[in-house]
Amino acid sequence: MDPQIIIARRVAKELRSGDLVNLGIGIPTLVANYVPADLKVFFQSENGLIGTGPIPEQGLAHPTLTDAGGRPISALPGASTFDSAMSFGLIRGGHVDVTVLGGLQVDAHGHLANWMIPGKMVPGMGGAMDLVSGAKRVIVAMQHAAKGKSKIVAKCSLPLTSARPVNLVVTDLAVIGFADGRATLLETAPGVTIGEVMAATEADLLVGDHVPEMMI
Amino acid sequence: MKAISLEEAIAMIPAGASVMVGGFMGVGTPERLLDEVVRQKKGGLSLICNDAAIPGKGVGKLFDAALVARLTATHIGLNAKAQQQMLANQITVDLVPQGTFVERIRAGGCGLGGVLTPTGVGTLVAQGKREIEVDGKPFLLETALRAQFALVHAFLADYLGNLAYALTSRNFNPVMAMAADTVIVTAENIVPVGVIAPDHVVTPAPLVDYLITNG
Repeated sequence: MDPQIIIARRVAKELRSGDLVNLGIGIPTLVANYVPADLKVFFQSENGLIGTGPIPEQGLAHPTLTDAGGRPISALPGASTFDSAMSFGLIRGGHVDVTVLGGLQVDAHGHLANWMIPGKMVPGMGGAMDLVSGAKRVIVAMQHAAKGKSKIVAKCSLPLTSARPVNLVVTDLAVIGFADGRATLLETAPGVTIGEVMAATEADLLVGDHVPEMMI
Repeated sequence: MKAISLEEAIAMIPAGASVMVGGFMGVGTPERLLDEVVRQKKGGLSLICNDAAIPGKGVGKLFDAALVARLTATHIGLNAKAQQQMLANQITVDLVPQGTFVERIRAGGCGLGGVLTPTGVGTLVAQGKREIEVDGKPFLLETALRAQFALVHAFLADYLGNLAYALTSRNFNPVMAMAADTVIVTAENIVPVGVIAPDHVVTPAPLVDYLITNG
């Protein structure tokens, strides 16, 4: 299975009926495709919408109904729209149950860096800092390694997105939690051994007695 | 509120002015006003806008024409031209977390000196800012943001200047309509007073200084 799809399917398992969920760009966006139809999840688009629906058919897009990347989307029955102050009040105020974000690095204590590479990529943080500061649960969905280098590091070398640690990291190799402030291996991806995860991870991982395989 | 032409409205803006522009990736942006800014070559602008849009769209046109000297925004990653101008030091860019950006503008429009936010504590964003503890939690003091002009786009404007917005094109528009000395508005539809029900007015008429006539 495609690594991104493994990640998206596993993250989708974290969502519960009634949750208000904000998905970042990249792999997080894919999560919406794997939410079971009987689960009633509200997806927020931070440009001012709760109740985002699928991309409209060719020719049905409306210029005033877009996602945070400016791409056309649709709105589901029961959707609501609001201004940016309200949108970020929802985010910072703890009203968003789950946010799923991409990552460049996550360190052994759960700190996330995902908004800039000094001297190379300075796009701006957009809503990422507010989401990590304010959402009830923060899940990072990212590949375990980039160009052969572990993205789960001992200490982030890139600028942090927030001083607040994330709750969960889901990669193509593993699920890692930070319940006691230390990176802990919770699950391995199908067909991946604990040893393989440890070898691919720069940070020291705590390993529990029972590490099940991801259910996807 | 006074109804005026596009040309008259933009002629009021001096070169080097501070200008807030509504919109999110060019959605809900007063395109006609920006086209006229480009036509009249109003340069050296201090632009306050969520993002730099993309070349050819929304405020992206201002970067195409090299009219921006300073930019306060949350994300410019989708406009390579704005990025190049930043890296070449042709524009000074102040990047602000999006929730902080909108709250600073809201504060500016509501007579507040600023806001206390947890966003950015312990990050690069905290540099040079006061950290204030409230009930044992750390917050950053983020100061209010205002501009000389706000360029706003609405879906409906009535003859008095009451405004209503459509879907995700609302975004920063109603917040910016509170936070500038002069508020200039374009609307998709200009309608008689009463068409927008009182409950559906988002920006009340007294906030609007100039409405661009649809022609």
